[in-house]
This record gives sequence, structure tokens and C-alpha cells, in this order.
Amino acid sequence: MDRRGPGRHAPQDSGPGGHAPKVDDIRTRALAEVAAAGDARTLDEIRVRFLGRRGDLTGLLKSVGKLPADERPAAGADINAAKRAVELAIDRRGAELSQEQLARALEEEALDVTLPGRRQDVGSLHPVTQTLRRIEEIFVGAGYEVVTGPEIEDDYHNFEALNLPANHPARAMWDTFYLEDGHVLRTHTSPVQVRVMERMGPPIRIICPGRVYRRDSDLTHTPMFHQVEGLVVDEGIGFTDLKGAVVGFVQRFYDRETEVRFRPSYFPFTEPSAEVDAQCVHCGGAGCRVCGYTGWLEVMGCGMVHPNVLSMSGIDPERYTGFAFGFGADRLAMLYYGVDDLRLLFENDQRFLQQFA
Amino acid sequence: MRFSERWLREWVDPPVDTDGLCEQLTGAGLEVDGVAPAHPGFEGVVVGTVLRSETHPTSGHLRVCAVEDGVGTVAVVCGAPNVRPGVKAPLARVGARLPGMAVGAREIQGVVSDGMLCSAAELDLGDDGDGILELPDAFAPGEELGGALGLADRCIELDLTPNRGDCLSLRGVAREVGVLNDVAVRAPDCPAVAPTIDDVFPVEIAAGEGCPRYLSRVIRGVDTGRPTPVWLRERLRRSGLRSIDPVVDVTNYVLLELGQPMHAFDLDRLENRVVVRWARPGESLAMLDGREVALEPDTLLITDDRGPVGMAGVMGGANSAVGPDTRNIFMECAYFSPEAIHGTARRYGLQTDASQRYERGVDYTLQEAAMERAIALLIEVAGGEAGPVAVTESRPHLPARRTVRLRRRRLDLLVGEVVPDGEVDRIFERLEFAPRREAGEDGPEWRITAPPHRFDIAIEEDLVEEVCRIHGYNRIGRDDPAAALPLRKIPRDIVPPARLADALVAAGYREAITYSFVEPGLVELLAPGAEPVRIANPMSVDQSVMRTSLLPGLVGALRTNLARQQNRVRLFELGQCFPEASGAAPEASMVLRVGGIACGPRFPESWATATDGIDFHDVKGDVERLLDVGGLAYRIARSADRALHPGQSAAVFLHDREGDREAGRFGRLHPEVESALDLGVPVFAFEFDADALGVGRARTHRPVPRFPRVRRDLAIVVDRAVSAAEVESAVRSVLGDILSSFTLFDVYQGKSIDSNEKSLGLGLTLQHPSRTLADDDITRHVDMTLRRLKADFGARLR
Repeated sequence: MDRRGPGRHAPQDSGPGGHAPKVDDIRTRALAEVAAAGDARTLDEIRVRFLGRRGDLTGLLKSVGKLPADERPAAGADINAAKRAVELAIDRRGAELSQEQLARALEEEALDVTLPGRRQDVGSLHPVTQTLRRIEEIFVGAGYEVVTGPEIEDDYHNFEALNLPANHPARAMWDTFYLEDGHVLRTHTSPVQVRVMERMGPPIRIICPGRVYRRDSDLTHTPMFHQVEGLVVDEGIGFTDLKGAVVGFVQRFYDRETEVRFRPSYFPFTEPSAEVDAQCVHCGGAGCRVCGYTGWLEVMGCGMVHPNVLSMSGIDPERYTGFAFGFGADRLAMLYYGVDDLRLLFENDQRFLQQFA
Repeated sequence: MRFSERWLREWVDPPVDTDGLCEQLTGAGLEVDGVAPAHPGFEGVVVGTVLRSETHPTSGHLRVCAVEDGVGTVAVVCGAPNVRPGVKAPLARVGARLPGMAVGAREIQGVVSDGMLCSAAELDLGDDGDGILELPDAFAPGEELGGALGLADRCIELDLTPNRGDCLSLRGVAREVGVLNDVAVRAPDCPAVAPTIDDVFPVEIAAGEGCPRYLSRVIRGVDTGRPTPVWLRERLRRSGLRSIDPVVDVTNYVLLELGQPMHAFDLDRLENRVVVRWARPGESLAMLDGREVALEPDTLLITDDRGPVGMAGVMGGANSAVGPDTRNIFMECAYFSPEAIHGTARRYGLQTDASQRYERGVDYTLQEAAMERAIALLIEVAGGEAGPVAVTESRPHLPARRTVRLRRRRLDLLVGEVVPDGEVDRIFERLEFAPRREAGEDGPEWRITAPPHRFDIAIEEDLVEEVCRIHGYNRIGRDDPAAALPLRKIPRDIVPPARLADALVAAGYREAITYSFVEPGLVELLAPGAEPVRIANPMSVDQSVMRTSLLPGLVGALRTNLARQQNRVRLFELGQCFPEASGAAPEASMVLRVGGIACGPRFPESWATATDGIDFHDVKGDVERLLDVGGLAYRIARSADRALHPGQSAAVFLHDREGDREAGRFGRLHPEVESALDLGVPVFAFEFDADALGVGRARTHRPVPRFPRVRRDLAIVVDRAVSAAEVESAVRSVLGDILSSFTLFDVYQGKSIDSNEKSLGLGLTLQHPSRTLADDDITRHVDMTLRRLKADFGARLR
């Protein structure tokens, strides 16, 4: 570029010492315009005007050849520096502008993130069903099988096979619904035990959940409710096993080391029989409205299977012994979920049901 | 069973306080149901002695009395007929507080009364409000009435199980408390009352199996007008019984004290003799409580030569009842067998204190002692002369004392741990079981003889319970029962019903649990033609038949929600239904169903969604989800169900191994049903046989296609009557394997097509399993499809 050498062509439009001020001037002007550019198009124009083929700085560079040879390197360097500075400024400004534009676009797309999501609602299982599932899970984990049976029963399975012959005074323990065809609505899930014992021999380990019916309706009784019956028949089963199973269940169900006590009681189908109280889950035994200020809640009845019940179903009571227990699942559900009015369970108000989703 | 703690402590007084005593009783199986103070809560009432009694100056039936109150003499105006000089009665001083009233000095027709003399009713010590409560002469004037009557006492209520009839008396409870504390029990002295007259009234037992023993005694010259002494009334009251007259009060007292029911007849109203026999056809009896009862033949009766005079062990007849004029009494003290009394009281709705005890078993050796006790008390209270005790027996029918064995080995097995020999001995001895240790065939054993008051000791297990009970249930340890645990079988093609519930929950339905008994009218409306199983003794007509369908219950729940302003309802239920009153075996009479009901907007109200109400196809979508759980192929057809809208309902047929089987129905309720139920909105419902839906298709892998797929959309016009299913099935039969999916993306009726026609948008995705489809292949297949649609349905391209 400098082959022509300095001094061969004197500058036409500027004398020695006129170059530098001109470069500075153009550079200042260019930088000012870049800084003021508001969009990409303006920036492009600026690029063309200063750096393009006919641009100011390009033109100035072309004129360097007219300078004396000794001035050329310095002048060329000045102009190139100015070009780089302007190019850099244009690039920076371009990036800035595109950032600003993106930011504006994003701002325009911004939503109210506090608006609720768009969804189809999810339903819920009844709290009693959830309680039954929890109960089943606990027992199934210990090798129990879940068995169900008919809610309309014959007298034999509901009473007689459970050591309750006709006219037995203990039949008065259950207020029974009778059907016009002579059947009964089962008063407990115990007939399922009988059906299982008839069908298969020991060892037996079952629980029988289901609806049962008693002719009773007040603040604390509904004519239909849910019961879970358990039965274990095997060689060598004793009262200590019954206690282990019952206490274990109560503690697993509430997921705490609840105290449990056993009281002698009477059921025609077990001997010995016991009523089981658990420390009130509401007050921890201190006494409250839920437990009637006793600190205890009756949770189930149980006992060692009466030998008559075993032999009526074809099991040798000399060889096999067993225990059985039965409890109301609705009551457990109420205690578990803190429901204070039994009637809520069967009103099916959606606002109640949905709470257990 | 309710009793006074003080009375019990006269019999047995263990060193435990009331709480401890209650805990012991509950722990031994005699559950304490409540403890209440015996004191009715009055204050400022003392014993007063009436010194003088003068007629009120202006009122003929009032008297002005001078009453000594221990401090001095006060003037009290009193209208009671039995007020007289010398009588002692409760005096409520000025400032006293009685239940429901405060006593002040009060002017009564011109005379100031400084306090009042009280009746039992005014003090809440009984029902009797006709006269002042007469107090024993031994009471000192001025003594606080509460102290004099021993009202610092508690009434303990036991909730007894039916096997423990022996504890339906103070004697029985005392015996139990003695056993639990190993302390002595003191029975009151009942010396025999020597006869002073010779009268006996003839008795015959013609039903020995029902009445093995019958003791009777004649008492002449009784004054039934005398008041029952206050101590006896108080014991009755604290046991929850009312005072009636001295004769009834005495028999009730013995019933409470010893557990022996007794009955007094008016001797002069009995004809010739008493015969205990079964009822004869056509007999009836007017009971003491005024009811007339037609007697059934297996009812045990007390009769005279004219006919029935009482229902044995339950209640006496009105024709022989003791009344105010009765002077001579025939007293009955019998042992009726539990089997003879079982069910009688319940059948006639006549549960009495007597029947309650006879049903459970009364000590058959107790009658002599009870008779002496009662007669002694009766003569003390109402006077009279007693004849000799007449014992009539049917000896072969008297219960035999049972001998029961308990093997050491069996005890250990059933308990699960060892209760030492010595302790078992002591338990049996305290229970009066007369134990003997013996060496049996099966190792060491005990032989015990059940005492006559225990009717619940028959087998070895009964003795195990007694040992555990007295030893203490809570002292016995705990084990985890050991068992062989074979692995569970899980059938591959059965879907548990819980999965159906989960699918509906995912679809937004809430699970309801409704009663299994419903109103017959709802069954007729929602499951027309069904013959529901009827309940013989329903709680109400609303709950008188067993559901044949889940819909009546679900509709009930829906109405509850609508009435509570819940306008968007989604409910389902999973439960047994009882389709036919067939008399079949119970297991065959039930079917597990799953059903749902829905109404209101499609979506919960929200800024993001439309507020349209649901329609048939929303519910169909939910039904499809349910059908997908098992995954069997199915066919949907119009339903002829009368409860559903004829144009917006369908039946679903599942293809299982047995063929094409109807599994359920869904759709909108028939508008007439909606209006009969006053629902006010369109309601959609579905119901399926849950076991049918629970049959699962075995899922097996099919290769995912790897070759490119091509989509072709066709808009065709067909007659309105052509169903989507018909079109789809025609397309599928033409395209076979290469149709990888079929979508009906548009259904249009309206402008630009004939009103008898509709336009369908069919989206066909074509994909060959093993090669790329060429353009001409595709064109050929689409042409074939169109030709078929034209041939079958007259379809044309739109």
C-alpha cells in the first residue's frame, strides 16, 4: 500500500498535519451516531456511511497513499484504529439493541402467574374406603388374605354356625333386619369367616371387610356400617397371639405407640372373649369429649374362636385353635380423620367428600 | 344393673376407692357404664318433727304446724294429708335450695310459713308427691337430711354381657368383688320366718321342664296402705327402681339384693289352685301394664282354675294383681328354666327385670333364702301372718351341677403362656368352683364343679376365660402369630374393583357410600320392572327394599348436593346390589356394581374454561375410561332402558370369552324421570357390573411401527341416521392392518348441507407394518374406502 512511497504524491486535500484532526473528527461523529442509533436499520446505515466501500473512514484510508512516505504508517494506523473503534461500537450497540428488543418482546408475553392453572378436577375416595385400604394394607403385609362375602345372609351363617342357635338370648345383642324371604341382612362380617372355614382348612389368615346392618339409628349409630373381621386358625394359636395381632394393628393403624387394654367380654362365637380399648387418639388418654372423659376408646371385640364354631365348620378344635376380631371401620375412619359426626359419612355432601382427595 | 356403692360395701368392703372399684369391675368384664352421685343436690334440708298441727284459719285443707328443727320450733304451713303430730319429715329451712326452687319465708293465705315440709318428689327422692316423706323415728330433729339418708353415696351402673346373669344382683356383684380382692363377703342374715298360720294354697307343676321348682307362701292380713320405709325406697331409687307399694317394693328389693324374681298375687282373686303349664290355643291374658296379649302355645303360664293369671317369669296378670284393697297374698318364688323364658319377653315386647334374670339363669338353690328374706321384710313393712313355705318341685328337671375339666396342656395352649398351678387353684377356689387336681389321660388337669349361680360354665374354654379374667387379661403377654406364608396368587386377567374406583377418581368423581336399602318408589323410577328384596322390619318406608341398582342411592346423594347449592356434581359408588327377590342362596343373590351420576358444568368454574353443561359425550368419555381399565373390546348400542332418555342413552356389550355380554348402561336420565325427581337440570348416569368390567385383557406387546405414516382426511356427507360406529367399522374393514389410527375429527350438521344429512370428518392414518407406502398405494386405498362408504351409506365427498 505504501509502495509508491512518501513524497511522491503530496496530499491534495490535506497538508501534513491535517490528517489526524480529520480522523478524530470522523471517529467522534461516528461514535456519537452509533450511540444515538435506536434500531438495527440505523446502525446499518451508519456502518455503510463510515465503514462501507465509500464510507468516510474508508475514503480517508484510501487517501493515505497521498501522504509523504514517512507519515503514511502513522496515519494508516490512526485510521485503522478509528475503524476498529467504530466497528466495535456498532457491534456493541447492535447487541444492546437486540437485547432490548427481546426484553420488550418477553415483557409483552408476560402472564399473570398467579392465575390458577387450567385443570380438570380430580375426585376422591370416600374416607371409609381409604380407611379400609389402609387396614387391608397392614394385614396383607402380614400374610392375611382379604375375603368378602354376601351382605344378604342366611340364618345359618349369620347366627347358627357362630354358636347362636335359634332363641339364643345373645341374638338380642344384634338388632337384626329380616327379609321377607327369610334371609337376614348380615349383622356382622363373621359369616364370611364361616364361609371361608367351610371352603378351606387351616391354616387360615384372613380379614373380611364389608357392609353390615343393624336396626339402630341415632347420633352414634347408623343402620348400615362397615366392619372388618379377622380370623387366624392354625396349630398352636393362643391368647398371646391374639393380643399381639390386635395391639400391633391398632398401633400400625394410628402409626403411634398407642396403649391398648383388654377387658373380658362375651361373644357367643369366642371363648375367652375380650373387648379392646385403645388410648384416646384425640386427647392421648387425658380425657376429652371424644372418649367421654375416660381416656379410652372402645375399638374392637375379639377372642379365641369357640370350639363349637370350629367344629361346625369341620375343623378339629383339639388340633387347631384360632382367634378372631372384629371392628367398625367407620369409627376408625372418624378417629383417623377427625370427623366428629357419624352422619356426615353417609350424607355424601361433595364438600365433605372432596376433603379426603 | 345399677346399684348403690354403700349398699355394696355392706356386703363386701375391699380397700379400694370408687375409681379403683370401677376399674376392677371393668377389668373383670363387668363394664362400669357410669357413676352418678346418689344425692339429688338439695341444700338446707334437715329432719323435722311435727309437734303440733292445727287447721289453717282460712283454708280448710291447709294445716299450720309447729315443727322442731333441732334449734327451736318453726311454723310451717303444709297441705299434705299425712301431716300429723309426731311425724318426722324433711324440713326445708328458709334459704334452702331444692331441685328447681329456692325456699323463702312465704305468706300462705295470711299465715307466714318459715320453710316447708317436703315430699319425696320435691326432693327428687322419688315420684311420690302426694304427701310428705315420712322419716324413721330414729332420725334426730335438726340432722342434715343428706347425712341421715347416707346420700354421700354413688350409683354405679354396670353394662353386663348376657352370660353374666349371676351379676344382676348385689349379691352377685359382691361375690365378684370378693373374688377380685380376695376378701370375705358378708351376706345379710335372713333367719327363717316361722309360720304363724297353717294356710297353704295348692300348687301343681304341669310343665316341669319349664318350671322345675315353685315355692309359695300365703300371707294373711297385709296392710298395703302403709308407706314403704325410706331406707328401702332409697335403695330402690339408687338402683333405678320406683317405689310402687310395699308388696312390690319388697319383691323388687329381693330381686335387686339376691337376684331372685318374685311375684305376689292377691290370694282372694285366685280360684282353687295354681297350675304352672304351657298356654293353650286361643288363650289370652290382660297384663299388669294394661296390655291384652294373645298367648302362643309355647308360653309358660301361671294359671288358676279360671285360666291364666300370669306369664311365668315375665309379668303378672291384671286379674290377680295386688291392689290397695289386697289383704291376703299368695307369694311366688320360683325357678323357671332359661329355655322356657327365652324369647318370651321379646316376642311380646314385655322385657322386665324378672324376665331379664330368668332368661340368663337364676340360682336354682336360692328360692328358700329369697322367700324368707322377702316375707321377713314384708311383715316388717306391711304386717301380716305367714303360712308355711310350700315347695313344689319337678326334680328330674332341676339343673344338674356341671363338672368341667381343664387340662394343663390346653390352658397353656389357649393362653399362650403359663399361669402357675397355684394361681389357677386359688382362682377356682375363690370362684367357688370346688377344684380338684387330677392326673388325666392327657396330663394333669383340674376338675371343677360349676356353682349353681353360674350358667356360663360348660366347657373347657369357659374355664380358660375365668383363669384369664381373674389373672388379668392385661397381665398376659403378646406374640406375633407365626405362620407359614405361601406366596399369593394374582390372576393375570382379573382387575381388582379398586382400580375401577381409582379410574373414576381420576376422572373427577367423588366416591359416595349410600345405604343399601332404598325407597321402593325410587327403584321403580330408576330401575323399572325390578322385583326388589323387601325388608320385613325396615326402619322406615324410605329404607324398605334392597337396592337393585346403585342409581336410587346416587340420585339421593345428588339431590342432597343440589339442595345444598352444589350445582356441579360428580359422584360414584362401588357396592353390592341385590337384583332379584329370588330366595336364592345368598352368594348368588348379589352382584357388585359400579355406577356414577353427573350434572352441571363440564369444568369447575374458572377463568380458563367455558361454562357449558355436560352432555352425553362427556359421560361417555368417563365410561370409556372405565372400560379401558379392563381393556376388553366392547360394542355400544342404543339402550331401551326406560329410566334413560331414549335418544341419549346406550348399552355397552363387552366381548369376553363367553361372547357378547351386556355389562351396563349409561346416558341421560329420562326427562320424565328428571321431572318426577324434581331435579331441574339434565342428569347423566352410568352403571356397570363391576365383575364384568374387572375382566382384563392380557396385555401383550405389539411392535411399534417403524415406517413412515401418512394422514389422509376425508370429509364425507351421509344420512343423519348413519352412526359413527358403522362408518368406522366399514373403514376398518377396508383398510385392515394399514390403518394405524382412525379419528372422527368433525361432525357437522347445518348450513350448506341437507337437513337430513350430516358431514363427517374422517382422519385416516395409514402405515404399513413392513414397508413404506407409495403414493399410488395410498390413493388406491383411499379410493377403495370411498367406494365402500358410497356403497354402504351413499356417502359422497363434501
